[in-house]
Amino acid sequence: MTSVVAGAAAVYSLRIADDCLVLSHRLAQWSSWAPTLEDDIALTNIALDLLGQARAMYARTAELDGTGRSEDDYAFMRDEREFVNCLLVEQENGDFAKTIVRQLLCSTYQLALWQALTTSTDEQIAAIAAKAVKESAYHRDHATDWTLRLGDGTDESHRRMESALATLWPFTIELFEQDAVTREVRELRVGPDPDDLRAAWDAYITRVLGDATLAVPGTSWKPTGGREGLHTEAFGYMLAEMQHLHRSFPGVTW
Amino acid sequence: MTAIDEIRRVAGEIPDPEMPALTIADLGILRDVRIDAAGHVDIDITPTYSGCPALDTIRDDLERRIREQGYADVTVRVVLSPAWTTEWMSEAGRVKLRDYGIAPPRQQHFEVTPLTVAIECPRCNSARTHELAHFGSTQCQAVRQCDACGETFPHFKEH
Repeated sequence: MTSVVAGAAAVYSLRIADDCLVLSHRLAQWSSWAPTLEDDIALTNIALDLLGQARAMYARTAELDGTGRSEDDYAFMRDEREFVNCLLVEQENGDFAKTIVRQLLCSTYQLALWQALTTSTDEQIAAIAAKAVKESAYHRDHATDWTLRLGDGTDESHRRMESALATLWPFTIELFEQDAVTREVRELRVGPDPDDLRAAWDAYITRVLGDATLAVPGTSWKPTGGREGLHTEAFGYMLAEMQHLHRSFPGVTW
Repeated sequence: MTAIDEIRRVAGEIPDPEMPALTIADLGILRDVRIDAAGHVDIDITPTYSGCPALDTIRDDLERRIREQGYADVTVRVVLSPAWTTEWMSEAGRVKLRDYGIAPPRQQHFEVTPLTVAIECPRCNSARTHELAHFGSTQCQAVRQCDACGETFPHFKEH
């Protein structure tokens, strides 16, 4: 029993780390491409926060899974099927509206998650969460500001936000899925009940979309599989680019 | 001055690599300094933001400066708990920050809801300023503009 439980905490920790890393990399892809200088800086600042959160969670994962792997090992030496991030974070940047919608959906989820994890019985995870929760609050504020501005903006910006929401909304179902891992960490009070996160997420997203004159999409299809290592097509391309240097020049240093 | 006081003073004087007008003691990054009977020095530091790239530089600077003091055996540890907050910034640090042209963080317990106290322009002290961008040149700064003198200035965000 003990070993199964320990394994669940490690997988849970890895999922959070992978979410942070992949979203960080996607946002970093905006570097030098964002619509304004301020937002170029904002998106890459958020990417840096997320990279820091990923590093801390990989370090914790290495202790929990007992492999002693380095942060680089997790980021650069695993293949697509070994990544357990949710599908939402890996979706392509698209236009600025799509990136903002993805960021609103993700940061609202991450803020609720980190808030819950501040009381985790895993002291190291609780310490990481206490720091990350303040960062995610800024990320959500930023995405909210832009959602209001673009949703309740011009016909063109509204149309683009609607289109981005329609594309990304189905991927949010996976965020709150329950499986053996989420049940075990909840049992240990290492992690929260996904249903509680869903309630907090729903309340905030519904309010912001309403204020932004955007309709909450209905349910359509329910893509899933990220937590099992089954990813969407775009992810392999992202990973190939992200891992290229490290794998082509093993042991390379700055 | 005892040995531990001296080490603490030297460690505290390490400048922040991104805001060299301030020391790591001013910022509250230096958390604890200990020395044992065998002369081993343990130093605890804490990051401001999770991904702050200044931390590695601070760690290297600390190890070098303490070794220069004649303590060959130094361990610098990064501690996350309790999480760093701008409330730990010293009064001297806040004055230095303002003199450096950066509006210091408002002293108030951090809440997710926006703070309402005015952020003053570090150049003309006007309380009429507005935010241009929530994210600035480092993770800890936002960019604001003064409505009185028109200057833009960084604001060290409450965190």
